[in-house]
Amino acid sequence: MEFIDHFITILMATCRDVSPIIALIIFFQLLVLRETFHRPWRLLVGGVYVVIGLTLFLAGLEKALFPLGMIMADQLSDPAFIYGAGKMAADVDWKAYGWVYFFAAAIGFSTTIAEPSLIAVAHKAKDVSAGTISQMGLRIVVALGVAFGISLGTFRIVTGTPIYIYILIGYVIVIAQTLFAPKNIIPLAYDLGGVTTSTVTVPLVTALGLGLSVNVPGRNPALDGFGLIAFASLFPIITVMGYAQLMGWLAKRNIKKMEKKNAL
Amino acid sequence: MVISIILKKIKSALTDLTPIILVIVFFQIFVLKKPFPEMGGILFGYLLVLAGLVLFVQGLEMSLFPIGESMAHALARKGSLFWLLTFSFLLGFSTTVAEPALIAVASEAGKIASKAGIIKPGEESLAKYALGLRISVAFSVGLAILVGVMRIIRGWPLHYLIIGGYVVVMLMTIIAPKEIIGLAYDAGGVTTSTITVPLVAALGVGLASSIKGRNPLVDGFGLIAFASLLPMIFVMGYGVIVFR
Repeated sequence: MEFIDHFITILMATCRDVSPIIALIIFFQLLVLRETFHRPWRLLVGGVYVVIGLTLFLAGLEKALFPLGMIMADQLSDPAFIYGAGKMAADVDWKAYGWVYFFAAAIGFSTTIAEPSLIAVAHKAKDVSAGTISQMGLRIVVALGVAFGISLGTFRIVTGTPIYIYILIGYVIVIAQTLFAPKNIIPLAYDLGGVTTSTVTVPLVTALGLGLSVNVPGRNPALDGFGLIAFASLFPIITVMGYAQLMGWLAKRNIKKMEKKNAL
Repeated sequence: MVISIILKKIKSALTDLTPIILVIVFFQIFVLKKPFPEMGGILFGYLLVLAGLVLFVQGLEMSLFPIGESMAHALARKGSLFWLLTFSFLLGFSTTVAEPALIAVASEAGKIASKAGIIKPGEESLAKYALGLRISVAFSVGLAILVGVMRIIRGWPLHYLIIGGYVVVMLMTIIAPKEIIGLAYDAGGVTTSTITVPLVAALGVGLASSIKGRNPLVDGFGLIAFASLLPMIFVMGYGVIVFR
């Protein structure tokens, strides 16, 4: 009964949130473009699916994914797990949190590889480059960027160092790479930064950050809990441009090798 | 026929979620060596998320995707800059307000802010904070899509705009209250997920392909980059106004 009440509350909120999209589409279709709707019943059924799907998703998220992420982060960062049962740690030892970093990287990598919008963009990138960018290669490069980013983000939470230092250094690297990377990869690389974090990754990673910041002594959830998504959005840009630079460099070296061979 | 399509949808939603489950099971059993807490509740919630994702994606493909794409092309053909920019802004705004990941993060942020005593205690001020956060992110995404569409039309180079944006982010970081910086950086990545990406990509590629002298595949990219950048600036601005 409690769950049904909860479900109806979320359903009402979802209806309110979807209404601007519906209003926008109806307004432009009928008043600006002055066209009728193609297959209106299909549109209506699809709209109902969207609302119910969104509601189920949010209800399930609050029931499973958020608490699950919290519990995992809680257990992995539990001082009893980190330093051994019965011992009290006087100070935070960042070296003891190895499993946390590894968990962060594994979660980042696994969720990114399976990300549908990344698959779609990677496919387009393959077309842009006429096949020189491998689709799976690009996805792995992006996933490695996310894995490294989230892992570094948990390191930041454990050490409590301010987030803007990491982000600023990251930006400097991105700007420097922009000057040297092949020009046609740049818009793609920037876009891939935003594409990596999906509706599934975000709650899980946010829960990890918040759980970790509650558990590590001396951390404040409001100050240290957020920021993992930012790392997950920044590092794929660096790895993708780096990948393009490496590929360009290898291609050049191959050409030089071929020239040498031909000269001999 | 219908069943095979539904099965395919469920399978693709499963592939989206399975690696995460594998990682969690591995850590729970081999690293933490603990049984799963509240197994029934978590399994039930997981099934809800899975079913919700399947229905949601199916609904998008049936309704919002085809209508969104056909309208992007129709507007490009119509050739009215005013309506094109209005549509771009509203598309960014309305898809972001409805973004489930943003709703989830905003409400979680509200709880944290309330616990830390940054905002007044109570449900009402918490909901107001979360809503304000969502509106400022949605407004900035709308503006980002508008600027990105202008870039495609005028053919401005993307990297100057992005680097300029990064400089603004760095400057805002200096004046913004510490409590909001991490959240603001996150807001950039949160806005651009499953609903927004295909709709916005369709708009960019559709426009670039209907304007002479633009390379659809190179100029079509970059809208999402704007949509990730501007929310950071706006959320920090929101923080400056709310906390001081």
